[in-house]
Amino acid sequence: MRTIAEELPDHPFFAGLGSDALALVAGCAVNVHARPGEYLFREGESADSFFVIHEGRVALEMRRPTGAAVLDTAEQGEVLGWSWLVSPYRWTFDGRAVEHVRAVRFDGGCLREKCAADPELGYALLQRIVRVMSSRLHSARVRLLDLYGAS
Amino acid sequence: MVPRSFAVTRTRQDTRDTATLWLEAVDGAPLAFQPGQFTMLHAYGVGEVPVSISGDPADGGVLQHTIRDVGSVSHALATAESGARLGVRGPFGVGWEVGTARGHDVVIVAGGIGLAPLRPAVLEICADRAAYGEITLLYGARTPAERLFTDELSRWAAERGVAVHVTVDRGDESWRGQVGLVTGLVDRAVFRPALTTVLVCGPEVMMRHTAAAFLDRGVAPSDIRVSMERNMKCGIGLCGHCQLRELFICQDGPVLGYGLVASLLTQAEL
Repeated sequence: MRTIAEELPDHPFFAGLGSDALALVAGCAVNVHARPGEYLFREGESADSFFVIHEGRVALEMRRPTGAAVLDTAEQGEVLGWSWLVSPYRWTFDGRAVEHVRAVRFDGGCLREKCAADPELGYALLQRIVRVMSSRLHSARVRLLDLYGAS
Repeated sequence: MVPRSFAVTRTRQDTRDTATLWLEAVDGAPLAFQPGQFTMLHAYGVGEVPVSISGDPADGGVLQHTIRDVGSVSHALATAESGARLGVRGPFGVGWEVGTARGHDVVIVAGGIGLAPLRPAVLEICADRAAYGEITLLYGARTPAERLFTDELSRWAAERGVAVHVTVDRGDESWRGQVGLVTGLVDRAVFRPALTTVLVCGPEVMMRHTAAAFLDRGVAPSDIRVSMERNMKCGIGLCGHCQLRELFICQDGPVLGYGLVASLLTQAEL
């Protein structure tokens, strides 16, 4: 069985990150599993986690009186969560496993401390997080156009 | 230019606003077509609209059309019942030319009702599956309930070795699949960029973003084919209603190489 530090370089999010940096962030990480239907986090809770998904799919949901709306999904090869990086560090959605999820959970506070102590690492991580944010913002903007709706 | 009379032999309600019709020529003469071509469908007393053919080109001349109810003519067509008579002109235009992709990996990308014009291409590929490399279908729909041909998607994956990936713009609690843009599925496709043909049909914004994703992966613009939708009227390049600068979409298209239309897709009122 491979350690977290050995497994991280295979994940697209960490592509190009040096072994020293990987060893640093691996110190903030633990392996987690979630069964289908299990919540990884809930809206309004303190956001102290960042997930790197190795297997499975997580739905980002918002609860409504009529039921939950799934706004996005994150799955194998993707990452989940940037609220740990932005004050006040609070989840704005629910994260529910829709399939069995195998992931690495990073402690947000630990990552912030290491990024503050090592700006080069902080910049490298921030570049990767911003790329994810940009992609999700683009997805949300285009979907606002409701392209498949009535023309 | 005179419509031939066809009888509706079967109907199926696919989604809340979309139905598929099976049509057979009243005079018995089958209508041969190429995947990606369209006909002008005439609801007598109401009007005529262009509709892509969604049926199997090897289906012995039975014509299949999948129609979304968005206006008066399409409403009359989508709600036609078995036994009704409709007028048909065509088939018109240049299709997907699927055979030219033999030996290539093929990635088929559909958005919404755009899966209907691509279905004949998928069926033609599946009928000659060994002649092609990896086949991937990426399909984006508005909601889970608005997906088309759901039974067939599973069959193509299970029986024909087609890698099918589906995403929706908005999910609900019961949806276990992916939520997000269809362009987000491109990274899931396995293909050799220099030996890949990409077929795309959907809203123009979606096609533009999809093409950009494949260009980023190293696919040549000439290997990306898009199906354009314009206001086709005559179907034979005379009236000019569907003109896109020097192109008559009804005759030069509707399927065109992305390299030919890329610069035209962002020009307003062209």
